[in-house]
Amino acid sequence: MAPYTGTRTPRVEDPRLLTGTGTYVDDVVRPGMLHACFVRSPVARARIAAIDVSEALRLDGVHAVFVAQDLNSGVHEQWYTLNGPEDPDTPRPPLAADEVRFVGDPVAMVVAVDRYRAEDAAELVVVDYDELPPVVDYATALESTESVHATHPGNLVGELAGRPMEELAPVFEDAPHVVGVTIRQQAYCPVPLETRGIVAEWSAPAGEMTVWAATQSPHEVRSFCARLLGVDEHRVRVVMRDTGGGFGQKVLPQREDMCVLLAAAKLPAALKWIEDRQEHLMAAGQARHEHGEARLALDDEGRILAATLDHVQDAGAYPTPSPVQSGLAVGLLFPGPYRIPQGTFRSRFVFSNTSGRVAYRGPWQFESMAREVLLDTAARRIGMDPVELRRRNMLRREDLPTANFNGMPYDHITPYETFEQALEMLDCPAFRREQEQARAQGRYLGLGTCTYVEPTAGATPFHGTEGATIRIEPSGKVNVYVAGGSCGNSLETTVVQLTADALGAAIEDVSTIQGDTALTPYGAGTGGSRSGPMTAGAIAETAAGLRDRILAIAGHRLEVAVEKLELTGSRASVTGDPEKSLTLAEIADIAYFQPHAMPPGVPAGLEASGRYRSPHLMIWANATHLCTCEVDIVTGGVKLLRYIVSEDCGPMINPSVVEGQIYGGTVQGIGGALYEHLAYDEDGNPLATTFMDYLLPTATEVPVIELGHIETPSPGPGGHKGVGEGGAIGSAPAIVNAVADALAPLGVEIGRLPLTPASIVELVEQAGVMTP
Amino acid sequence: MADDIDIRIRVNGLPRRATVPPRLTLADFLRVNCGLTGTHLGCEHGVCGACTVLLDREAVRACLVFAVQADGSDVTTVEGIASPDGELSVVQAAFREHHGLQCGFCTPGFVVSVTAFLAENPKPTDEEIRAALSGNLCRCTGYQGIVNAVRAAADREDSV
Repeated sequence: MAPYTGTRTPRVEDPRLLTGTGTYVDDVVRPGMLHACFVRSPVARARIAAIDVSEALRLDGVHAVFVAQDLNSGVHEQWYTLNGPEDPDTPRPPLAADEVRFVGDPVAMVVAVDRYRAEDAAELVVVDYDELPPVVDYATALESTESVHATHPGNLVGELAGRPMEELAPVFEDAPHVVGVTIRQQAYCPVPLETRGIVAEWSAPAGEMTVWAATQSPHEVRSFCARLLGVDEHRVRVVMRDTGGGFGQKVLPQREDMCVLLAAAKLPAALKWIEDRQEHLMAAGQARHEHGEARLALDDEGRILAATLDHVQDAGAYPTPSPVQSGLAVGLLFPGPYRIPQGTFRSRFVFSNTSGRVAYRGPWQFESMAREVLLDTAARRIGMDPVELRRRNMLRREDLPTANFNGMPYDHITPYETFEQALEMLDCPAFRREQEQARAQGRYLGLGTCTYVEPTAGATPFHGTEGATIRIEPSGKVNVYVAGGSCGNSLETTVVQLTADALGAAIEDVSTIQGDTALTPYGAGTGGSRSGPMTAGAIAETAAGLRDRILAIAGHRLEVAVEKLELTGSRASVTGDPEKSLTLAEIADIAYFQPHAMPPGVPAGLEASGRYRSPHLMIWANATHLCTCEVDIVTGGVKLLRYIVSEDCGPMINPSVVEGQIYGGTVQGIGGALYEHLAYDEDGNPLATTFMDYLLPTATEVPVIELGHIETPSPGPGGHKGVGEGGAIGSAPAIVNAVADALAPLGVEIGRLPLTPASIVELVEQAGVMTP
Repeated sequence: MADDIDIRIRVNGLPRRATVPPRLTLADFLRVNCGLTGTHLGCEHGVCGACTVLLDREAVRACLVFAVQADGSDVTTVEGIASPDGELSVVQAAFREHHGLQCGFCTPGFVVSVTAFLAENPKPTDEEIRAALSGNLCRCTGYQGIVNAVRAAADREDSV
């Protein structure tokens, strides 16, 4: 029987999700459940002079109104497993105590019988604010005399750097060509369609907390909750069944979650908080807000001699987690898939009185934005086609293994192959001819690419292992238990495929249980494009021993050597004599109910747990995004014409799942390049707190996305590579380059994002072109 | 506060009677009072389309309709789309076959919207499909599988 891995196995999640019978956190109902609503700051920065909750408390149906004094002192310990307790962290109070630090900062939490009543009461909480001058613009915050946090004068969260920039000065001084660009990327954010949400139920007699959460990592929610409340970890149970998108946003609990957990321990019934969309766009966090000055030194033939990046990133007021550790990746990955003999970077992370930075699908994406825009700009300035410049500098198979100038070790990647495949799918020469003809008619067509390498399944201490338990029930049916955290990642389907293959079971005999910390092995959850390789490792590790036991039992009963048996379709049969066989059900029956018939030394039952430990620091994936567009210089509208992704994620577990991840990530990047902007005015008021203002791409803006695959196995389990994040890394830079290419005849260079119609019209006008 | 109001609504074929506050949205009535949690709330201001239900066979956003406005009406939610024995409708089956869903949160809104759209326009062009889908937001699929699913459902003879 052909393996299931590699096939378009229909998703096991679909029947419940298509019929409205999934279980998202807002679908959880508990006896006597209460509902929370936050009172949030309407100003960007102010001292809290007084809070009067008396009128709110008088309202029928209101159980409690919590302010900082009621909750914040309940925090026992507060840190994320990824960072550990010793890492320098940024402040994270449950409720604002002395000062509010962004519009949306939670000041009080109302608890009432339903959300309607809780919102009524929230309006009755009176807060006196003494306004302070806010630090809205992170880019000037380092020079500000005002501090977002008094603990951090000058607003610097932290700084990381490679070798000193001065060391590169001679290369730049002597180079025939030096090109520099400054790119300013706007704030945009993950925006899962399901907002944040949590239900917490405390049992005082038992000293147990049960939590239902919209999360990418139920086990991290459990660890965090246990530390926060000072409750033993095994007395906390976290359950998630369906989570409506995460994209990094739901990888860690945030301040509102802390409030709900702390308050629940004081309440007689479960407490539910479901964020509304306005709260989400105000307070769930921002990402991508950063800028950098990127420089390139080239020789006469367009070969890169050196590259540098001076990068500054907005942390907002309360980042989740501290951005310093994860922000390092921007500088480390800046060299990308190019032969760049030397270079360096500096990254600074800066507080502002805005929504805090959160993880977002490819959190280091700015490395690609800075590098790929720099390459296109360099090509145009030295009079070379950007395609040709890349061909001269891109890493090829014969260059591997290698390390970039920051010491990142590359192998098992195919950037050049994906680049050429994407160009061939386009028919690049034909496009250039079409572009030339269009220009002659006063139409502006452009081509942009982005090629990147991406570390997946990174083996941090938190992420570097993953467990699985496989239980073959007495009937021969199989349950596989993994930590879960699937938020649309199709992890149930892929785990079932992998397990069926690993055990030789028919796929309809395999089911999976995920997302409940009381049942599943510990695991870090979904994030860092880790689930494919890491669960494949966990299942292989666990299934191997179980398979041996199955075969040993069958061989003993059939009186044949184990080597003569094959295990497929839930049946162990003698090679060449298929009549002589036992079904998995018969083998399970022996294992559970006929201990006398067991071979010596083989334990009874058919259950095993295993834990995979990745020996790989990371598993590299890579891709090229390519798009063509037409820009209307009068309206500033950008129409995407063709969109091509050529990627190498190794052998695919399920092509439909892989394609879905690439499509989704790509469209998030399209939104980031052209539409989405979590903007603030100069007083720090958020300007995009509804979907009328925060513009997400719809089916009419998105082109058909064409995919090409190059398949190079990784050294990891099954040769698989992670694929969750890449689409969101490569797309925005490719689009920016396409628009820049379209407008190049006008002398336009792009330095500020997003490329809204208004900003494009402004660029065209600044270039001095008269529009009709 | 205004007095509660008696309403009668037929939901997925079952008659429901309730006494509700005038400000209760149809979405909350379906989710909380009827326990039909398939209708999802993604924005509560009428943009994302996740809460789309059929009100007298017309697709509406249940977050923008008060339960009292639906008094006397027939409502179909995503729970009422498949056969009683659980067999997926043509639209639902096409979404599954073409990977038209990932996290599934927007899916009920898409399924209901597309069901209404194909009932009204059984043979749409590709452009009409994209225009019809533009009132529903999805963050996972990039719409590729969804567009293909609607095309496939429309191309089936028995789509309606």
